[in-house]
Amino acid sequence: MASLELKGIGKSFGATPVLDHVDLALDAREFIAFLGPSGSGKSTLLRIIAGLESADSGEVWLEGKRIDKLPPGKRGVAMVFQHYALYPHMNVRENMAFGLKNARVAVGEIDRRIADAVRVLEIEPLLERKPGQLSGGQRQRVAIGRALVKEPKLFLLDEPLSNLDAALRLRTRVELAQLKQRVDAAVIMVTHDQAEAMTLADRIVVMNDRTIQQVGPPMEIYNRPANVFVAQFVGSPAMTLLPATLDDGRGKFARLKLGDGTQMETRVERSALPKEGSLRLGLRPEAVRVGGEGGPSAKVELVERLGERTLVYARLSDGQPITAEDQGDSKVKIGDSVPLAIDGAAAHVFGPDGAGYHRTGA
Amino acid sequence: MTSARDWRGLLFVAPFLLLYSLILIFPLLRGLWLSLNQVDLFGAGHFVGAGNYVRLAHDPVFGTSLINTFEVTLMIVPALTVIALALAMALNRGTKGAAVLRGVFFSSAVLSVTIVTLIWRFVLAPDAGLLGNLWTALGWQPLPFLSDEHLALPALAITTIWWSVGFPMLLFLAGLQQIPEDMYEAAALDNASRWTMFTRITLPALSRTLVLVVMLQTAAQLQLFGQSQLLTAGGPSGASRTAVLFLFETAFGRWELGYASAAAEVLFLIILAVTLTQYWATGRATAADGGR
Repeated sequence: MASLELKGIGKSFGATPVLDHVDLALDAREFIAFLGPSGSGKSTLLRIIAGLESADSGEVWLEGKRIDKLPPGKRGVAMVFQHYALYPHMNVRENMAFGLKNARVAVGEIDRRIADAVRVLEIEPLLERKPGQLSGGQRQRVAIGRALVKEPKLFLLDEPLSNLDAALRLRTRVELAQLKQRVDAAVIMVTHDQAEAMTLADRIVVMNDRTIQQVGPPMEIYNRPANVFVAQFVGSPAMTLLPATLDDGRGKFARLKLGDGTQMETRVERSALPKEGSLRLGLRPEAVRVGGEGGPSAKVELVERLGERTLVYARLSDGQPITAEDQGDSKVKIGDSVPLAIDGAAAHVFGPDGAGYHRTGA
Repeated sequence: MTSARDWRGLLFVAPFLLLYSLILIFPLLRGLWLSLNQVDLFGAGHFVGAGNYVRLAHDPVFGTSLINTFEVTLMIVPALTVIALALAMALNRGTKGAAVLRGVFFSSAVLSVTIVTLIWRFVLAPDAGLLGNLWTALGWQPLPFLSDEHLALPALAITTIWWSVGFPMLLFLAGLQQIPEDMYEAAALDNASRWTMFTRITLPALSRTLVLVVMLQTAAQLQLFGQSQLLTAGGPSGASRTAVLFLFETAFGRWELGYASAAAEVLFLIILAVTLTQYWATGRATAADGGR
C-alpha cells in the first residue's frame, strides 16, 4: 500500500502560484528527497503535508486515510524543523514528552519511548538540559528525537542539515541514513543540496517552477535526466549543453554535428528524437577527457584542481563553453589549447522543448 | 595609566555628574534633611530629629492615604497587565486593521493627565455622563462613581488603566514578536491546544516582559497623583486620597515642607522595598527555571 499520496495539489500565495497540480505517491518506508532551488515550491509542499499550510486544491492521503482536512497534530506525521524549533524553556526530556502528553499517552509509555530514542541518538546525558545549553548538533539530535518518540507514519525533515557546519553535516548525513533503517515509516526530506538527496534518498523528487520535474532513484535522475533543468541542476559541475544538429543518415543511432564541426555518434535512437527543431547535446564532465586525437580542440579558461581529478573549463572554437576532466596531476594551464576526447556513447540529447533523450540499454 | 589620564577621563563624565548631582543627589539629600526639620515656606525652621516621622506614624490621614494607594495599585496592576497582554495578543498580526487598532490603543498614553481626567469626568458623571446615560437607559439608578466612597478608588483605577494600557501593550507586542513562528508550528504538530500553547510557549517566553511590566507599573501606580487630584480631589472625605496627593496637600496646601518631606521619604522607602522584593522574587524564579 502506498504510504503517502498527493493528488492534484495546487497552491497560490495571493496572485503568485507556488504549486501547480502536484501528484506523487510514496511507497511504505521509502525515503524521499524533495530537491529543488529556492522558490521551487518544495517547502510549501512539505508544509501542506504537515498541515501548516492548506492547499487550494487537491487531496493528501496517508496510509489510506485522507488527512488534508485534519489539524497538524492529528495527521500522524512528525516534523524536524530547519531551525529545530525546540521549546527554549523546557529541558530535553520535556521537549520530547510535550507532544505525547498532549496526545494523552500514558506516562510509562512516554518514559519508554524517550529512553529508546535517547539511546539511539546518544543524547542520554543531555536529558535535563535546556536547548540554550546545547550545541547545534545536539539540538539537531533532540529535534530528531522529538519526532522519533511520536512514532509517526511519516517523518518530514525540512532542510535538516543546513544549519550544521560541514564536518557535522557529513556525520549527521551518515546518521540519518542509519536512522532510516531503524524507523518503520516513510521519510520526506526537503533539501536544495543534491549531494544530500543523492546519498540519502531512495527516490528523488526534483522540483522547479511549481511542478515536479522528475521522480526517480538517484542514479536514474543523474543518468537519465527528464529535461534540461534536471540535467543542469543535478550533478556538479553542471552538465555541458551544446547546440547540435542531427546528421542525415540511416543508422539506428543519432549522429550529431556540433557548432565547431565536430561529429559524433551517440547511443540515442534516431527514431526517438523529434524530427524538427534545434537539439542540444548534453555531456557530463566525465564524458569529456583532455587528450586523444581526432577530437575537437578547446581553449582553457579555468583549471580546478580537486586532487584526484582536475576539472578543465574551456571553450570550443565556436565559443561554446565545455567542461572536461583530466587526471589529478594534469599539466593543463589557463590559455592552453587542448584536444578533447568526447565519449559519444555517454552523451544525452535534449529536444527543442527541453525533454531529455538517453542511450538505450544500460 | 597616569593620574593625568584619570583626570581627563573624569572630564568626559563631568557634565553628567554635575547634572546628576544637581537634580537628583542634591534634592534627595535636601529632602532627607528637610524631613528632620520643622520647616514652612518662610523662615529657617528648626531641627526636630525623628519628630516628623513619629507624627506620621500617628497620623490617620497619612495612614488612610497609604492604604488607598495600595488598594488602587492592587486594582490597577493585575488588571492592566492582563488587559495589555490580551490586547497585544489580539493585535499581534500583520493586518492593516491591527496596525490601526495598535495606534488607537496606544493613543491614550500620549494624552496628559488633565485631558484624561476631563474625558473620564464626562464618562463617569452620574447625571449627564456616558455611563450614567447607559445606566438610565437600562432602567437602573446611575452610579455616583466620583462621590461614593466605595466607588471613587475603582473610578481612579478604571481611568488609570485606560490611560496607561498603551505602553505595557507595546512591551508585550515587542515580546510576542520575539517568539519564532516555528515554535507554534512545532506545537501544532505536537497536538497542543491553544490554551496549552499560551501557557507553555507564549507565557514562558514573555516572563521577562511580564516582570518588567509589573515592576514598572507597581512603581508608577504607587505614585498615582494627578488622577486623584483632578478627578475626585481625594474625596469623598479622603476615600481616594493617595500618598502623593497627601504630601502635595501637606507641602503646598498647608506649607509643612518638613512633614511632607518625611512622608515622601517613607513612600520612597516603600516603593524601593516593593520593587526590590519583586526583583528578588523573580530573580529566584528565573534562576530556578535554569535561565537562558
